[in-house]
Formats: sequence, C-alpha cells, structure tokens
Amino acid sequence: MAIDFLYPEYEIKRDRDKCICCRVCERQCANEAHWYDAELEMMMCDSAKCVNCHRCVSLCPTRALKIVKTDHTFKENANWTGEHIAEIYRQAGTGGVLLSSMGNPKKYPIYWDKMLINASQVTNPPIDPLREPMETKVFLGAKPGKVEFNSKGEIKNNLPPQLKLEVPIMFSAMSYGSISYNAHESLARAAKELGTFYNTGEGGLHEDFYKYGANTIVQVASGRFGVHKDYLNAGAAIEIKMGQGAKPGIGGHLPGIKVREDISRTRMIPEGSDAISPAPHHDIYSIEDLRQLVYSLKEASDYKKPVIVKIAAVHNVAAIASGIARGGADIIAIDGYRGGTGAAPTRIRDNVGIPIELALAAVDQRLREEGIRNNVSIVVGGSIRSSADVVKAIALGADAVYIATSALMALGCHLCRSCQKGNCNWGIATQRPELVRRLNPDIGYKRLVNLVTAWNHEIKEIMGGMGINSIESLRGNRLMLRGIGLTEKELSILGIKHAGE
Amino acid sequence: MSKYVIIGNSAAAIGCVEGIRQVDQKGEITLIASEPHHTYSRPLISYLLYGKTDEQRMKYRPNDFYKKNKVTKRLGETVTEIDKKQKTVTLKSGEKIQYEKLLVATGSNPFVPPMEGLENVKNRFSFMTLDDAKALDKTLKKDTKALVVGAGLIGLKCVEGILDKVATVDVVDLADRILPSILDETGSDLVKKFLESKGVKFHLKDSVEKFEKDKVVLKSKKTVDFDVVVIAVGVRPNISLVKDIDGKCHRAIITNNKCETSIKDIYAAGDCTESADCATGDMKVMALLPNAYMQGETAGINMAGGTKLYENAIPMNAIGFFGYHMITAGDYVGQTYEALDGENYKKLFYKDNRLMGFIMIGDVMRAGIYTSLIKNKTDLTTIDFELIKEKPQLMAFSKKKRSEFLAK
Amino acid sequence: MKRIYVNEKWCLGCHLCEYYCAFANSGKDSMVKALKNVTINPRIRIEERGGISFAVSCRHCEEPLCTKSCITGALSVNDGVIQIDKDKCVGCYTCILTCPYGAIVPSETGAIQKCELCMNNSSGTPACVAGCPNKAIVFEEK
Repeated sequence: MAIDFLYPEYEIKRDRDKCICCRVCERQCANEAHWYDAELEMMMCDSAKCVNCHRCVSLCPTRALKIVKTDHTFKENANWTGEHIAEIYRQAGTGGVLLSSMGNPKKYPIYWDKMLINASQVTNPPIDPLREPMETKVFLGAKPGKVEFNSKGEIKNNLPPQLKLEVPIMFSAMSYGSISYNAHESLARAAKELGTFYNTGEGGLHEDFYKYGANTIVQVASGRFGVHKDYLNAGAAIEIKMGQGAKPGIGGHLPGIKVREDISRTRMIPEGSDAISPAPHHDIYSIEDLRQLVYSLKEASDYKKPVIVKIAAVHNVAAIASGIARGGADIIAIDGYRGGTGAAPTRIRDNVGIPIELALAAVDQRLREEGIRNNVSIVVGGSIRSSADVVKAIALGADAVYIATSALMALGCHLCRSCQKGNCNWGIATQRPELVRRLNPDIGYKRLVNLVTAWNHEIKEIMGGMGINSIESLRGNRLMLRGIGLTEKELSILGIKHAGE
Repeated sequence: MSKYVIIGNSAAAIGCVEGIRQVDQKGEITLIASEPHHTYSRPLISYLLYGKTDEQRMKYRPNDFYKKNKVTKRLGETVTEIDKKQKTVTLKSGEKIQYEKLLVATGSNPFVPPMEGLENVKNRFSFMTLDDAKALDKTLKKDTKALVVGAGLIGLKCVEGILDKVATVDVVDLADRILPSILDETGSDLVKKFLESKGVKFHLKDSVEKFEKDKVVLKSKKTVDFDVVVIAVGVRPNISLVKDIDGKCHRAIITNNKCETSIKDIYAAGDCTESADCATGDMKVMALLPNAYMQGETAGINMAGGTKLYENAIPMNAIGFFGYHMITAGDYVGQTYEALDGENYKKLFYKDNRLMGFIMIGDVMRAGIYTSLIKNKTDLTTIDFELIKEKPQLMAFSKKKRSEFLAK
Repeated sequence: MKRIYVNEKWCLGCHLCEYYCAFANSGKDSMVKALKNVTINPRIRIEERGGISFAVSCRHCEEPLCTKSCITGALSVNDGVIQIDKDKCVGCYTCILTCPYGAIVPSETGAIQKCELCMNNSSGTPACVAGCPNKAIVFEEK
C-alpha cells in the first residue's frame, strides 16, 4: 500500500462508558467513519473518513461522541504550516486542483467586527420596539428621481417594479443541484412565511416550486441552465449572475453525478452530464452588452419584474457597479469574498476578491457621488453572520442583505466544508435520496423562519437604541458606525469615523 | 325497556354484554350460567395448573364487571328449556324468565367415548372447566403417573399444566400424530420431539382397550401404569336447547353473519355454533375464544338494535408449550412454501393468488400480518409475495397501502 | 384521539425510536444505565429494505382485534389507548395471531408487550416521537 502522508485533521472521540452501541452514528455517517464490530461488541471508527460534520455527535442519544482537532503536529514552523504541508502532500498524491466549499475560512480582517454601532443617550431618546412601531420593511428597485405628469396634467405612475421585503434579509442564490430539493423547499416556504425572497441560483426552478413564485428570484447565469420564458416569469425578480464571491472569475461546476433525473429536467441538460457554467457570459463583454441582457430580460418579463445584477466584490467593484446602475439594472447584488459555494478551487476561494464591507462602502459612495444611488438598490452578501452584521451593512449603505451560509446553518449545516463530496450528512448539499430525506422541510422551514424572525427582533432592538424607527433612516447612515482599530485608509474607504471621534 | 337474556358466562356471553352496552345502556340483561364462578377464561385452566395465573387473575373481566354493565347474574343455575312462543326460558327450578332477545352461548361439553373399565377408575377427569382443573390438581402428587387420552389442543395443554407436578405423563391418541387439527406432519413432529425432550411419552396410532386397576391396556397390547387419567378426546357443542325447539342445527347451532339462529330473536355465539369461514365460505365450528367473543359482541349489538356483521372469521390458533409457540390459521390447501430452520418452522398455503393458511412454529413474530392476508383475501399479486414468504412484514405491501396502515 | 402516525418519507432508518422506546420503558433514569450492554426489545420496530424504512408500533385500532381476542382480558381499551396488564397476560400470543400490523411482541417475561403511548412510564408522552430527529413519527389528532 502506498504511504499515506496525511494524518486525520480531526479525531472521533467515543466515551466507551456512555456508548450503548445503538449504531446511530454508523447509520447516519455517509462517509462510513463508524462501524460496529460484532466480535468485539463495540463501535469502531476511522477518523480519516470523518469530515467533522457533527451528524453523529448530534444524534448520539447518550452524548458519547465528540470530534476534536488532532494534537498530532508537524514540527513547528511559522512559515510551513501544517495546512500548507498537508495540501502539498494531497496535491503531490493526486495531481489535482484542490477543491473546497463554503466560504473563505482564512484569517483575513473581518471589518464587521471592527465597527461599532451608536446608541442614543439623553439628547435623542431611544425607542422601545416593544412599545412603539418599528419599520423593517424594505422596497428594492429603482426609485424615480422626479414626478412626471401626462398631457392632462395628471401624475404619471413612473415607479419601476419593486420587491417588497417584510425584513431586510433575503436568501441568496443556491442552485437546485448544489443543494437538495428539501433545502429548496425549506427556503421557499420560509421566504413565503417571512414575506421575503429566496433565489433559485443558476439551476432553474423545479416544477414543484412554481407555486412559491411570488417569493422567488429566478437567476440567469452564464450556463443559462433551466432558463426559459415561463421560468423568467415565474419569479418576482430576475437576477443576472455575473460573479460569485467565493469564486470570482470562474463559473459554477456541478458534477454529473449530482445531475439526477429531477435536476436534469430542471436544468434542461442530459442526466449525468457535468453542468459547467462558463467563466464569462459569452454574450457579455461590456456594460453595453450587459445592458442588452438586462433589457432582453425586462422585455421577456414585460417590464414587470426588477432585474438584479449580481457581481463578486473585486478590486474595481465601484466602477463596475456604476456601469451596472447605468446599464439599467434595478438592483445590484454584491457578493463578498467570504461568500459560500458548493465547490470552488481552494486557491481561488481563499485568495480572490475583497471584503464585502469595503466593497459596499466603495459602491455606495461612488453611486452617491455620481448621483445615481437612487437608480438602484444595493443588496450585499458574503458572510452576514448576525443581525449586527445586517445593521452595519445597512448603515454602510445597503438596502438589504442576502444570507445563505447562515440559512444553511439554520437547516443543520455544521460548516464541515465538504459539500463538493456530495455526501452531506445533513441532507443539504447532496442529491443522494437517502441523505436528502434527512432534511424534513417541515422542520427546516420553521428553523429558517425562527432565525430570520429572531434577527429581525434584534435589528429593531438595535435600531431602537439608536433612536431610529425605520430601516430606511438607517440606510447609509454611517454616522451610526465607528471604526475600532482601523487605519486612516480603512476608515476613509468605509467612510466612518474612528471610535472616540 | 328491552329484556335481554344470555345463557352462558364465558367469552361469547361477555362479548354479548359488551355488545349490548355499546348500543343500549338501559336494557335489562339477565345472564344465566350453570357454573357458579365469576366469568373466567376457560383456556387459562392449564395455565392455572402450570402456575402462570391464579383464580383472581384468570377472571376474564374485572370484579365489578356485572355491576358496571348492570347485569343481573343468575350463576349456578341451568336453563332447561326455551319457549320460543312465550319467549321465556325455564330454569331447573321451574322458574321462567321472560326475554325479548335471547343469546345461547352454551359452549361445548367434553366427549367421553365408552371405554372398558373407565367407570372403575377413581381419578378420571375431563379438562374443560375451572372445577375440572381444580379437582385434577388436588389429586396430583410428585409421584403421580398421569395418563392423558387425546393429543389435541386440550389434551396437550393439560399436559403442559401438569407435567412439572407429576412423575410421568403418558399421552395416547388414535391419530398418527399430535395436534392434527392445526399442524401438518412436519409441525407435529417438531412439537412432538420438543415435548418428548421435556419428558412426555407418546403412544400414537393407539387407543385404550381397557382400564384396569392402576394401568391401562392399549390396543397394541402395551400397558401403561397410571394413577390419574384425563380424557380429552374431543368436545360436543351444547345444542340441545335450540335443537329441542327445532332451531336449525348441524354439528352445532347454525348462525348467520348477524349471529342469529333460525329462530326469531334467538341468537347464538361461541363454541356451540357453526358459522361461515370467511376465507372458504364453509360452515364450521370455529371453537376458539376470539371468535366466541366477537360473535357474542356481534350478537349483542344486533340484539340491541344496532347493526353489525361478523364476517371475517377463520379457523386460527395460538398455542404454546413450555415457551415453544405455534400460530396457525386458515385452511391448508393449495400450493405450499416451507421453511424449516432448527426449531423454527413455517409453512404457507396459497391458492388462486390468495394466502389460504399458514403454520408458524417457534418464531411466531408478527403472525397477524399473515392472518390478515387470509381474512382480507388479499390478492397476492398486489404485494411482494417473496417478502411475505421471508417473514411477515408490512414492507411487502405497496407504498400506498403502507401509508394507509401507518400514516392514516 | 391523538395517535402515533408514521410517515416513511421522512424515516431515516436511524432506529433511535427503538432506543428511546426501550429507554422509556426501562424504568431507569439514564439511557446508559438502561441500555448499556443490553439487546433492546422495543415496542416500536423499524422495517427497512432497499432505502425504505418505517417504524411500526400499535395503531390503537378502533376495533382492536387483539383486545377482542385476548383470552385473559389482559388487553383493554382505556380512553382509546390499548393497554396491557402484564400481570394477567399468560403469553398465549393470540394477540400476535390477530394483530394485522405485527405490532405486538413478546417481552422478556413471556407476557406480551406493546406500545401504550408511554402513558404508563416515566416519559408520559411518546418517547419515540420526541426522539425522532426528522418528524417521521408524530403524535397528533387526525
């Protein structure tokens, strides 16, 4: 047998005193890390197979299991870390591109955590959200800059189509294929109950979910999977995906093994074929080209639906956003470099793009300076982890946020970052029917509703503290933020003062 | 107010009381029975001897049963005749009791064929009633040599009850195998071997020629020493009350699916009746407690003006000896599937895409799934018969059926 | 009446229901104490085959064949719940002969045992339902 250079990163620890050999760990591990040895009459395990997803830990009825980071180490080396060494071994063994999933886990600065929120004291009283009305409703879409009259002198309704959100939070794009049917159903039902939107991602819309159309954003990506006229008209808005925070500059890739019957039908591709989205849209090489697609889609949907253009946060994001705003988009969605994915080359995920906080501030600033901020709404995503992140994003200039990683966690995701293997033990990032079944949407949708409802309560609480009773008054209100431990340059990009100023 | 009279105090009679009370809370119920005891479960008499139950626990219903159901009980009294014109029953004492609806649930009596010398045997018993069992028990000692004539259900249950209390048990039967009414040859053989391993001695294809003092001479000229003999060769339904007034009888009282006899307002239920085997349509005496109860309940509901049909009776049996169980049901006709594995034996009988009968010995888990296939006349092409052969399981049914079973 | 319903669509075949059942009926205060080194004999059983699995336990039939067939009167219906008096039961298995779901099983003592909706144990509410991770077993009025 060839030498295995790698020692498992995590170890399965079983408390033998507590283990009753019920074998639920064995039955629930799609990676086959556990098994029962009838001769020894005990449970055994192979930590090398463990992805640290905690399915076994969560279901063990006697809490006999835990997963710990191994204390096995390479010789200390600040430059050649264990991670680098292990990745070299892996690539030397396979010759392949390293694949990862979910968001960039590296230790880059998290600007959300370097911004603090204001609260009222003495001169401008706080508001108690339990006693007074507090508005978190948001309308997304272009806002007209002037009042227009017809020839009779009557006011013309020149309001372009809008998306009405009861909460400033939407579920961002995750394709059917990258996540399961039951995950999609959970998101769709939660969006409906919450009065917000979920996003089909680039995999088309399963026929069963057309009924949630009023709460659906349908996406058009470079692969055009599952795009047809009915699809474009099925949702409340259409999103053109130009880029994704986790892998800017490359397209999505759904391996053929995940393209089973339903997905093949939904995506309109043969069963078993790889669904590879091209890196660019082959009909878009300029803002003018983009404008053509925006208007093609508006034409196809009778100008009744707002069009969103989604881009990854990259170096010159502000200029790109300006182009998009001028290209006729109603909403710009910006995805930061910590945004999740079902599969991406590790090097790209971990090294390409910029933080969403800086991108958002830069875009908002640029659009204001150009006087076109009201032509578009801004939605940001890419690791919104809590209601505090939502409040900070809105204060920096966002109209609303997109969440996906948080939503998947509500459904059970433990961020093991192994989606690309297709063996998600939580029934989310898998198409294996026996695993998909593990996510009962009756439970899943309720947990999503709980999460967003809880966040919305917290948002109201924080806004009340600031003396603000409407989310509209918070948008772009950067005076409500102060930096902590930031450089002059960072403060200037974020457009905020330092704490104490 | 309606007047109900019930003759009998066992499963069918109790079923009738409970059936009447489902419909009519007020009507007067008079229950007349020859035995003086609170209702008890007859099949338990062997368990009483075996020590698995006692007189208190073998009561078929709680002590307050008659009171709770407002039943006037006339226990220890025997009905001698029915007057179908006057609608009365006459007790031994001459007392007449008026009825509007009458249930005859008189059960059966042990059949004791004439046997030479039997009248001179002091310790001879039948094994049918609590009194039989108690009397038998009193005579048993550690060194008793017991002889049981009859290797059927009653005889062998008696064997189980007494085996541990006595020195030897010999069983004589004319048939060539034991439990012929419920088992096939392989099954009989398995159970026989098992019982022999427990110490029971069988004398099959043989019968009593004559009883002598302390021993019996068999037709084969073998002699067997004994102190106590139990005669369990069979039973006869008690049909005279109905037969005497020209109620339709065959081997037993003929009843329809409402448990009515051929005489207006007279119903019959339990071991004294013949009713239709739902799987075959044949009229049969299906003398077992579940049928008795359900017939009684059906009769009761109909007597009280409700509507209930009892039309899914089949012959069936659950019995065990010393923890070795067997469950059987239906008719043993058609093609067969057999599986023998050590002490576990299974045989399925099927015909025209229907399960007709089965025998399970040893592993009897979930046998009711087979029973219901017979009763419901399930078309075997609608289920996975291979799975059903493997073991009784709901997995063999369609997804839709499973959902009906478990989700609705 | 509230009953246990099983939806095989959501059953994972994890068998936790069986373990929670065995624990609830063990009379012990911890699952480890109750089930360590024990071969469980639960009142709810999973059937599984080829990716399909579902739990089977007493349906508490409105016309319970088991109760009507019981030769001892050990089975009775109380407020719709079919209960077993283990003290009366002699283990004749007539109920096993009649139960169309195969939901009655022998217990260690020879008497039979069956789901009594955890009315008579420390759980008080069906432990299989509470222990099911995917709502494949629910306890509701339908």
